[in-house]
Amino acid sequence: MNIKRFFAILVLLSPLAITSAAGTTLDTVKTRGVLKCGVNPGLPGFATVDKSGNWKGIDVDLCRAVAAAIFKDANKVQFIPLTAKERFTALQSGEIDLLSRNTTWTLSRDSSLGLNFTGVIYYDGQGFMVPKKLGVKSATELDGASICIMSGTTTEMNVSDYFRTHNMSYQAVVFDTADQVAKAFESGRCDVLTSDQSQLYGQRIKLADPESVVVLPEIISKEPLGPMVRQDDPNWANIVRWSLFAMLNAEELGVTSHNLAQKVRSSNPEIRRLLGLEGIKGEGLRLNPEWAYDIINQVGNYGEIFARNVGMESPLKITRGLNALWSNGGLQYAPPVR
Amino acid sequence: MPFTESTVLLTLIPQGVKYCLGFLARERVRNILLQAVFLIVIASGCYALFTNVLANLSARGIRTGFDFLTQESGFRINQTLVNYSETSSFGRVFIVGILNTLLVSVLGIMLATWFGFLIGIARLSSNWLISRLAAVYIEIFRNIPLLLQVLFWYNWVLRVLPHPRQSHHLGQWLFLNQRGLYLPKIMLLDGSWVFVVAILTALVSMPIFGYWLKKYRAKTGRLWRHRYLVLGAIVSLPICVYLITGDSVAWELPVLKGFNFRGGVVLLPELIALLLALTIYTTAFIAEIVRAGIQAVPKGQIEAASALGFSLNQRLTLIVIPQALRVIIPPLTNQYLNLLKNSSLATAIGYPDLVNVFAGTTVNITGQAIEVIAMTMAVYLIFSLLISLLMNIYNRLVALVER
Repeated sequence: MNIKRFFAILVLLSPLAITSAAGTTLDTVKTRGVLKCGVNPGLPGFATVDKSGNWKGIDVDLCRAVAAAIFKDANKVQFIPLTAKERFTALQSGEIDLLSRNTTWTLSRDSSLGLNFTGVIYYDGQGFMVPKKLGVKSATELDGASICIMSGTTTEMNVSDYFRTHNMSYQAVVFDTADQVAKAFESGRCDVLTSDQSQLYGQRIKLADPESVVVLPEIISKEPLGPMVRQDDPNWANIVRWSLFAMLNAEELGVTSHNLAQKVRSSNPEIRRLLGLEGIKGEGLRLNPEWAYDIINQVGNYGEIFARNVGMESPLKITRGLNALWSNGGLQYAPPVR
Repeated sequence: MPFTESTVLLTLIPQGVKYCLGFLARERVRNILLQAVFLIVIASGCYALFTNVLANLSARGIRTGFDFLTQESGFRINQTLVNYSETSSFGRVFIVGILNTLLVSVLGIMLATWFGFLIGIARLSSNWLISRLAAVYIEIFRNIPLLLQVLFWYNWVLRVLPHPRQSHHLGQWLFLNQRGLYLPKIMLLDGSWVFVVAILTALVSMPIFGYWLKKYRAKTGRLWRHRYLVLGAIVSLPICVYLITGDSVAWELPVLKGFNFRGGVVLLPELIALLLALTIYTTAFIAEIVRAGIQAVPKGQIEAASALGFSLNQRLTLIVIPQALRVIIPPLTNQYLNLLKNSSLATAIGYPDLVNVFAGTTVNITGQAIEVIAMTMAVYLIFSLLISLLMNIYNRLVALVER
């Protein structure tokens, strides 16, 4: 199981460590011809495999955006499903080029793993889900409850903080994958399922009877989810960072995958710079001038990927909330392309 | 030729070379030298790998070293045999993990040995039904992968057990539900040492008494008919002491309060399921080992014992099993080692063993995979070697003594 994978990664780590100075990540990816992207093995809205075998989700779309920027082809991605426990080691060892797996940006992760966060693709917060029949209305009524949690997550530690500060007791029942957590919750092993709120909605639609549970109103933590890269390659970090910024800027400027043909003829200098018609044109990123055009054309702007994966066009129906653009009262804000 | 220094050298050097060559030509010397060189090459290779990994980890900004062991863990573990809370260190998590692994392994080894002997003997029964049933059991459970069995029993346990509010119960003492098996907890209060001493006396005196009975019988050839009476006295000693000093020992009963039972001792469903799976799986292997061991005892021994009028029970315990043990112990040791290592499948059902809480959660929080995995491997190695050592000592005790 996982332990096997760990050992495999450890074995990989030693020879890779010896050849650490073997070119930049961009060169490696280009030579290989495919981007290796670590994603969640199954989280509705973020990374799942659909009926025809294609990966779908907001985290998946970030991987595809980076591939579009590099290869002009969003399909040149190899998705590598990773559990929460495996993810950092996989990135450290070079098994993947990019980790886009609903990972919370924290100080310790940013500073002690040799990895860096490149932005926030989804502003989340931790919540609780309980069966309706328990009649619980608020998280403050959860004293003594058994709680199903996914191991190795910030969630595990937030619960501990929350119950300690509220002088309540609880029993943690900890599993490796979201599916195990959902199954244990459904079978009655625990009274409460806790996770990032976006995941709760995703877990809920996977239950046999989604109407039998209710998500409590409290949000007990800040969970800014973002992609991660190794910290030894600033150019690669820039590419990933600006792939997300390009999608955010596109939404702000009203450029979508559908109206791209008209927008190319636009006289708006901001749009022209974004689409590589004038200005810096992606040289500093070591990408071709149309990098942002390719992302928007093949993947879409931030509003589009949000709507189709987690928003109103998806089964999850999550409102934009904190993830609205700054100009609409949200937190999503990208530096200008100039 | 004048006697000069050069002539001395001329005669000495070839002799020295010859002596050296002769020295090297000796097989024992050559073997030692070759092995020393081999050892140096291996050791320097390991050292190079070690320093290289360390250097590259620090060059990539990945934290190294064992400082994290004193850092606060910040997460909860739902079964701890020693004091532990979120404010305890990762070092404490390590201890908790080891103890949880040992708990399930030791219980598993005891149960699997007991049932393994039972089924192994049943397999050889002259009763057709019993021996067939044992054979079916063995063939089914040793041929299904253990991981599947672990998942099966876990889902089974969760499915058949009721919600805490509809618990199966035995008065106010025992409660069984999806959250586990709740038992009363013994609380030792002031002055309870008398009770503890009584229990210890009973525990220690039982084997001593058994030994004495055996001696008595060997000397006189008579069975002492009152042994059950004496055994009863030993058991009733702690009970009497408890009745006299009753208020020094209290029972904490589990009570349903809100979502769950509070108080008492709980056996988690994860522990129950893992123990079931490990026991059932390993029992099948041990049964086959026991069967092989018994079949290795020459038939004449059993026939001789029957001819001397030994009962079936006496034949087994006095003649067959002592001889079979010599064949059984070495492969049995293997099964014990397998069970210890298989207990790491706990992580599949969320039992908080060493691999789950230390090689899992701790790696994820600290990111120090190399240190943590190395420590975890060392633990399994040490405990495996310890089991091996103990079993080898035992093997020497039961081995055929040449006279």
